[in-house]
Amino acid sequence: MSATAWAWLVLLFPLLGSIAIGLGFRALPAKAAGAIGTATIAAAFLCGVAMLVNLLGDSPDARHHASSLWDYASAAGLDIKLGIYVDPLSTFMVLVVTGVSALIHLYSFGYMQSDEGYHRFFSYLNFFVFSMLLLVLAGNFVLLTVGWAFVGFASYALISFWYRRTTATKAGMKAFVINVIGDIGLVLAAFLIFRELGSFDYGTVFETAPKVFSVNEWTVTAICLLLLVGAFAKSAQLPLHTWLPDAMEGPTPVSSLIHAATMVTAGVYLIARTHTLFVLAPTAADIAAFTGLATLLVAGTIALVMTDLKRAIAYSTMSQIGYMVVGVSIGAYSAGMFHLMTHAFFKALLFMAAGSIIAAMANEQNIDKMSGFGRAMRFTSIAMLCGGLALAAFPFTSGFFSKDEILAYATARGGMYLIFTVLGYVGALLTAIYTFRLIFRVLPGKPCPEAQELIDSGHVHHAHPFNPATGEEEDTEVGFPGAEHHVAEQSAPMRIAMAVLAFLALFGGLVQVPGVDETITKFLDPVFADSPLSEIVPSVGASWAGLAIGAAISLAGIGIAYWVYVLRPGTSAALIRRLRPVHTLFANKWYFDEAIDLLVVRPALAVGRFANRTFERLVVDGLVSGTEDFVGAGGRVVRLVQNGFVRSYALLLIVGFAGLALYFLLSSS
Amino acid sequence: MNVEWYVVLSSLLFAIGATGILIRRSPVVILLCLELMLNAGNLALVAFSRMVGNQQGQVFAIVVMVVAACEVVIGLGLIVAIFRRRLPLDVDELTELRG
Repeated sequence: MSATAWAWLVLLFPLLGSIAIGLGFRALPAKAAGAIGTATIAAAFLCGVAMLVNLLGDSPDARHHASSLWDYASAAGLDIKLGIYVDPLSTFMVLVVTGVSALIHLYSFGYMQSDEGYHRFFSYLNFFVFSMLLLVLAGNFVLLTVGWAFVGFASYALISFWYRRTTATKAGMKAFVINVIGDIGLVLAAFLIFRELGSFDYGTVFETAPKVFSVNEWTVTAICLLLLVGAFAKSAQLPLHTWLPDAMEGPTPVSSLIHAATMVTAGVYLIARTHTLFVLAPTAADIAAFTGLATLLVAGTIALVMTDLKRAIAYSTMSQIGYMVVGVSIGAYSAGMFHLMTHAFFKALLFMAAGSIIAAMANEQNIDKMSGFGRAMRFTSIAMLCGGLALAAFPFTSGFFSKDEILAYATARGGMYLIFTVLGYVGALLTAIYTFRLIFRVLPGKPCPEAQELIDSGHVHHAHPFNPATGEEEDTEVGFPGAEHHVAEQSAPMRIAMAVLAFLALFGGLVQVPGVDETITKFLDPVFADSPLSEIVPSVGASWAGLAIGAAISLAGIGIAYWVYVLRPGTSAALIRRLRPVHTLFANKWYFDEAIDLLVVRPALAVGRFANRTFERLVVDGLVSGTEDFVGAGGRVVRLVQNGFVRSYALLLIVGFAGLALYFLLSSS
Repeated sequence: MNVEWYVVLSSLLFAIGATGILIRRSPVVILLCLELMLNAGNLALVAFSRMVGNQQGQVFAIVVMVVAACEVVIGLGLIVAIFRRRLPLDVDELTELRG
């Protein structure tokens, strides 16, 4: 079978799984639904591997295939196919998405076991994987938009999965609205591309774009900026990021899969996919890079002060995506994609560990109330440590190689781009500190009551079900988290998933060691060969120098965290007192929510109210009631004819026909 | 015989039927007059069919008879229903449909 045939199978399996679970939820026992969900994604992963093997059989320059099943729309000048595009980039994304998804499905199999919405959960989750695969495999901008909107919906459905929680439904709406802003950007970009280049197909667009556009022409810049709106909304970059922390209202596997490993990296994929256009619009690329840089610093500072375990990790996700956006925007394409992969491993793992701890805390997410889980949950804490080390770029873990590769490229490109190196290292320091702040506050120390309960009796703490955000009491029948909680220590599927990811988080970086193997760069190179930026390659020596600096910074960060949170436990409180305004700024997330509320939401509401009072009341209502009065008056006149006498109706009929007959007789003679 | 005679007879029957519908009040008689009009039409159809020399008019006349039979069934059914509910059998009294 050809690579494209395997790619179609990759798409088919999750879709079938979603439909089977969604329709068969009454017939299927709960375990079967989870098994089907996990098995279909695993099958998709195997098809992805087959796709990779097939692709490797081609010569490097011929590693791109397009295939289409049928025409979506074909009219004058418009030719949209249901087509996919298989090349190293999409294959890479397929493998990351299906691989991590399969593990997270396995994890959910244990984690969600007591939830009443088990079938619904797996149906949504499979649908999400299908949408994400559609997004990465799409062969034209139309299908890309379809996949883009599908993942937005799947994200909405899964964030508000516990739909009886008002906080969850509100978070879902917020995510959906902001994602739709991104969708609009993407759709407008696609329209503009079609107007200028006359095609939606990737192949045609990327071939003709360099011939049609001159560098920094306003149209191509506009296209790229619109694409960036889409990418920023999906990837939670400033200022369209506020939905991501709120999205943590969803179940933890969802945060792990969608809001850490896969969907939020769609923006990075989009920039990498359209790199041909960004090469033609260096201004837009620089805007993207600086936005990524700002996001990585802002999110890093917020993660320093967050007390909600999941939200802190969410801000860390934003920050890491900032690195990826910087990478693919300044030209370090393979490095950006490599960081995407390693981040998927360690961030999914961190969320899984966090999920396990939150389960042990009976849904409590506040780290102020957690401590001593190192003794209570040995496996979870080891997994969390592995994820944390990789996130903090501890030497020779996966994050160590990937993050520094981006910064090494920025150094090699030189000039203005040195800013990215310097501030990138500042971000790396923040990363190490906030990661180990979480670890040092949650794992060591005197066990909190919930951890003590786990140590003493081996039972997971079972509080009265309540919403941690509002304190509302909840029943557990439907639309709320299940009554029981599951921790990795007591659930084999969760342990397997976390063990595999822990291994990948620690050693996944070894596939791409500067000067040694560089597998990913070699694999992805044909895709980016057309970009002049891919000719800049940091020398092996420079890369290792960068790695050495990265290692020092990572160790320094971990050391600072150890000093502040373990050696001198009072330091952080003292720092907060000393730097009160800064802490307030960070703790309030740089006031982005408030600013958006003030600048966008309130004016929009005011305009709406004004329009309601004037236009709606006077013009629209005037038109409507005017029409109504007119029709009513006509009706009152016509009503007179309906006098109820059958004979008068008959007379009218006969006279009418006689008149008609007379008319025709006269006019024919 | 000439076709004009048939047409004249048909027109006369039609006119009688129409007049009956307009001036009578009993629903039964109105129904009879309606039949008369339909059969006037049938007569014209058959006459013209003979004049032209094909069978289509006759076939059509049979279709009209079927329709007439159906219409009578419904009409008589209505009349019986009106009678059973002890309503006056007078179309001028039954003016419920006034607008």
